[in-house]
Amino acid sequence: MTEQLDAGFVAEQIAEHPEQLDAPTAERSIGQPLRRKEDRRLITGRTRWTDNITLPGLLHMAILRSPIAHARINSVDVRPALERPGVIAAFSAADLGEELGVLPCAWPVTPDMVHPDHHPLATDEVRHVGEAVAVVVARDRYAAADALEAIEIDYEPLPAVTDMEEALKDEVLVHSDKGTNKSFLWPFDSGDYDAARAEAEAGGGVVLRRRYIQQRLVPAAMEPRAVVVEPLTEGDEYTVYTSTQIPHVLRLMLALTVGMPEHRLRVVAPDVGGGFGSKLDVYAEEVISLIVARKLGRPVKWTESRSENFQATIHGRDQIQDIEIAATRDGKILGLSVDLKADMGAYLQLVTPGVPVLGAFMYNSIYKMDALRFRCTGVFTTKTPTDAYRGAGRPEATYAIERIMTELAHELDIEPMELRRKNWIRHEEFPYTTIAGLTYDSGNYEAATARALELFGYDELRAEQQARRDRDDPVQLGIGISTFTEMCGLAPSRVLGSLSYGAGGWEAATIRMLPTGKVEVVTGTTPHGQGHVTSWSQIASDALGVPFDDINVIHGDTRSSPQGMDTYGSRSLVVGGVAVHLAAQKVVEKARRVAAHLLEAAEGDVEFHAGTFSVKGSPDARTTIQDVALATFAAHNLPDGMEPTINADAVLDPENFSYPHGTHLCAVEVDTETGRPTIRKYVAVDDVGTVINPLIVEGQVHGGLAQGIAQALYEEAVHDADGNLVTGTMVDYLIPAAPDLPDFITDRTETPATSNPLGVKGVGEAGTIASTPAVVGAVVDAIRHLGVTDIRMPCTPERVWRAIHSGGDGGVPAASGTIAWGGPQTATTAGGAA
Amino acid sequence: MAWPLGGHAGGTVIPPEFDYLRPHSVSDAVTELGRVGEDAKVLAGGQSLLPLLRLRLAYPTALVDLAGVGELRGVRQDGDQLVIGAMTTHHEVLRDPLILRYAPVLAQATATVADPAVRHRGTLGGALAHADPAGDLPAVALALDAAFVIEGPDGRRTVPATEFFSDYLETAIGPGELLVEIRVPALGPEWGTAYEKFNRVAQAWAIVGVAALVRREGDTIAEARIGLTNMGPTPLRASAAEAALAGVSLHNGGIAAAAGLAAEDTEPSADLSAQPDYRQHLARVLTGRALRAAAAAAS
Repeated sequence: MTEQLDAGFVAEQIAEHPEQLDAPTAERSIGQPLRRKEDRRLITGRTRWTDNITLPGLLHMAILRSPIAHARINSVDVRPALERPGVIAAFSAADLGEELGVLPCAWPVTPDMVHPDHHPLATDEVRHVGEAVAVVVARDRYAAADALEAIEIDYEPLPAVTDMEEALKDEVLVHSDKGTNKSFLWPFDSGDYDAARAEAEAGGGVVLRRRYIQQRLVPAAMEPRAVVVEPLTEGDEYTVYTSTQIPHVLRLMLALTVGMPEHRLRVVAPDVGGGFGSKLDVYAEEVISLIVARKLGRPVKWTESRSENFQATIHGRDQIQDIEIAATRDGKILGLSVDLKADMGAYLQLVTPGVPVLGAFMYNSIYKMDALRFRCTGVFTTKTPTDAYRGAGRPEATYAIERIMTELAHELDIEPMELRRKNWIRHEEFPYTTIAGLTYDSGNYEAATARALELFGYDELRAEQQARRDRDDPVQLGIGISTFTEMCGLAPSRVLGSLSYGAGGWEAATIRMLPTGKVEVVTGTTPHGQGHVTSWSQIASDALGVPFDDINVIHGDTRSSPQGMDTYGSRSLVVGGVAVHLAAQKVVEKARRVAAHLLEAAEGDVEFHAGTFSVKGSPDARTTIQDVALATFAAHNLPDGMEPTINADAVLDPENFSYPHGTHLCAVEVDTETGRPTIRKYVAVDDVGTVINPLIVEGQVHGGLAQGIAQALYEEAVHDADGNLVTGTMVDYLIPAAPDLPDFITDRTETPATSNPLGVKGVGEAGTIASTPAVVGAVVDAIRHLGVTDIRMPCTPERVWRAIHSGGDGGVPAASGTIAWGGPQTATTAGGAA
Repeated sequence: MAWPLGGHAGGTVIPPEFDYLRPHSVSDAVTELGRVGEDAKVLAGGQSLLPLLRLRLAYPTALVDLAGVGELRGVRQDGDQLVIGAMTTHHEVLRDPLILRYAPVLAQATATVADPAVRHRGTLGGALAHADPAGDLPAVALALDAAFVIEGPDGRRTVPATEFFSDYLETAIGPGELLVEIRVPALGPEWGTAYEKFNRVAQAWAIVGVAALVRREGDTIAEARIGLTNMGPTPLRASAAEAALAGVSLHNGGIAAAAGLAAEDTEPSADLSAQPDYRQHLARVLTGRALRAAAAAAS
């Protein structure tokens, strides 16, 4: 220090506690596998889960839900519940009337989209099992649960419709007043697919068509949803604690839905135990809790049970994909056509229609082609609404293209990886504008693939596969390939606008330099397991030269982090993390001005490195950013006219999406006697650009792989013909756990994104997007020589066994009820001279 | 029509109200059961009962918790039999030296039950009294020719395994009675055993399970007993296969031929996990595997 600062009281305090002033760190924090700051409390549960929140006078709400998929409600009588002990109030939709409003859908994908009213409590009809019909508020949750049984409802059952193709016949209407079950048709064309197809046919090429089924999935976050609404005694103001991914979006939506002025609403996402997209929503229970707390003037809590989570939290996927690819005989892709049917469920939730539409731009994936045709039909059924689920549109697209690429390779007798290599964007071609109109800024598919092949031992496994076939081994081996990319970092606001999304894609950050040199990073992202507190600390640590442990990250409260677009779509790091970096740069620039003043140097001569300002040519003239923070706080000696703060805000609207990519290879052994598929080896080489924290990236990849493998082999939400969810518990809905998964072999290539200064791309969804086609592809590959070209997901042992024994050309016996057991069900149309 | 809606539709996963009784002796437990009457349920670990209560699929007025009845826990030898207290936990079964030595198939099957947390709470007697045909232990008890000691107001009686499992989730335990002991024959080293369980994830119930006990004389099978899990409303013995195995050599196709008979006279159910024909196919495949493993384990 070249100048003694007189900062009065604070300086004295700090002088007495010198340990508060750590030396700036010289070591780069980005790239270090630092342990997550938040893990101890999250793992032990000694933290702010919403259900852990208790308030004086807290009341407990329980919800009566429809046990029928579709019925007219002739009457609801909640009065008997009021006579039960401990009950304070009970309400049906009629009791709450206009106050209830309708739940929002923020993504009207077409101007004429059929968008039925979605009331938080059912009014005239129920349209899916689990739809909320009435609520009881009681002194404790046991009394509330017991009193539900007293409510009398007169239902008049109506026919259910659970199958999309059946629904499109409009014989059974989910919303009779709409006259149709079709919500929208969203078309997208780039290039001339008909011409591409004609070229393939005329030139002796191939046109291949497949139907793939994306089964319905239950997101099943570890922490079910929970809401606590606290009315403030001072007036008509409310704090809504809720297990959500989107406190900022939710505040706006609650204000619009309930008609509550936005400035009287505070929304807090305390620690949130997972979401996978299922908490990217505005839910009936959030609205009802707010209305009830307002009506009663007392705090109200609702905590979702696992059973409710299965029925009333959104589901994922549920699409029928008819995909057609046209290629030349030597394997050049000419065009791709996708006819997609997407099950909306009974209502449109916050971004339900946008999920399949988002996939439109990913079907072409990493491949060059002349034409892309996409049609998406949104369909209503009497099932729980679908919405964003890890990957949201992109896993579906990746699945279809990666599966059909392998099918095309076999049709053309080209090695599957060779066919991909022939068609992918070469590393020297970036930036590359795809047929879908996206400009991929960077990537190196050759490098990721080369590394994956090496780690996998591809040639050796192919040789073993052949040997097992030759000796007719009861255990056959298959290899699946996924050379995937994804669009992350949602999103440039103008692009979202062009897709009719209701909001932008920017993200906000604030850096507060505290007088002691410690730092508060305020972020608009809302972590629910991703470790933002750790990663953002690393980013700020490097940018400010402040020790990692001196940084705290504040998030998830519209009062303390007032501006944000929240967390979904692998956007947090790419938009929110970069915003932290940009805010830190602004802090440094402000601090540089103060430092120059203190060091009596020209601002242009003051250099900043690792937390220290120094003057060019005068090595002894230095001060630290912590000293500058204190000097700024004291404000006794600042440059003339300078505001006494070096705090800074940044709001980043990204210029482009980011495009993580990678090559995943999976080897599966199929026991042909039982049909059981077992993953023998899984190699994931991901390119997520610059890595902030390798431990966190590794964790995201592992979890993502588990979820993608779950879709491939285990999970399926099954409804019977009456619309009952028959996989409504974890006994029937099989979520794999550690013993069911292989050891993963992971590695990375690092091709930085050029669209942001950190070079980051996002990693939250990569594993899920990549793994499903790799696994199913491997299962099919193991028994392809027996005539099998597809197994419907999940590839249960029974489905695999039936596929083997039906020779792979259909003939799967119909199961009882309406449960389709799958098996090969696609037809090949080989065009031209094929 | 009016629907009497229970909490199941609400899905709150909070059980209906019940009295909780915690006796400390078998006789006190029997007294409590008699006092409460038919609406009492015995809590013997609760790994199946508590989910039923939480889903409001059962409405007992009282639970009689046997966790405090010390005399129901533990394993002892009584002549050529092992006597296993009904409240012996799965975890204890897995580590009990007598079981590992004389009835290893019980430990082999118990090791496949759910997960460690469940195995620490769940009990052998509870699992057998619940008599879920998808549970692993009833078929093992049947294959072991276990005897079930039941105590009621009129004293104790012993029921052979062939009479214990009477129907789906039903046993010979009468109202007011308790299962107190399971007696299984101590098998010598000439017996080899194996349990083959087929399920989709590690924690799941069996789609099909096969317990095989093989007594070897040199290179032939002198005697075999096969218990089938989830091949009907009760656990079953694969009698036709057992008969075909007597005197079969280990070295020709005898085991395969016998295994082919494993699904004779079974009528397995259709559910989300499997259709009946697939279950029957699995029973044959798993029986072959279990027999080979059991034969290899016998000396």
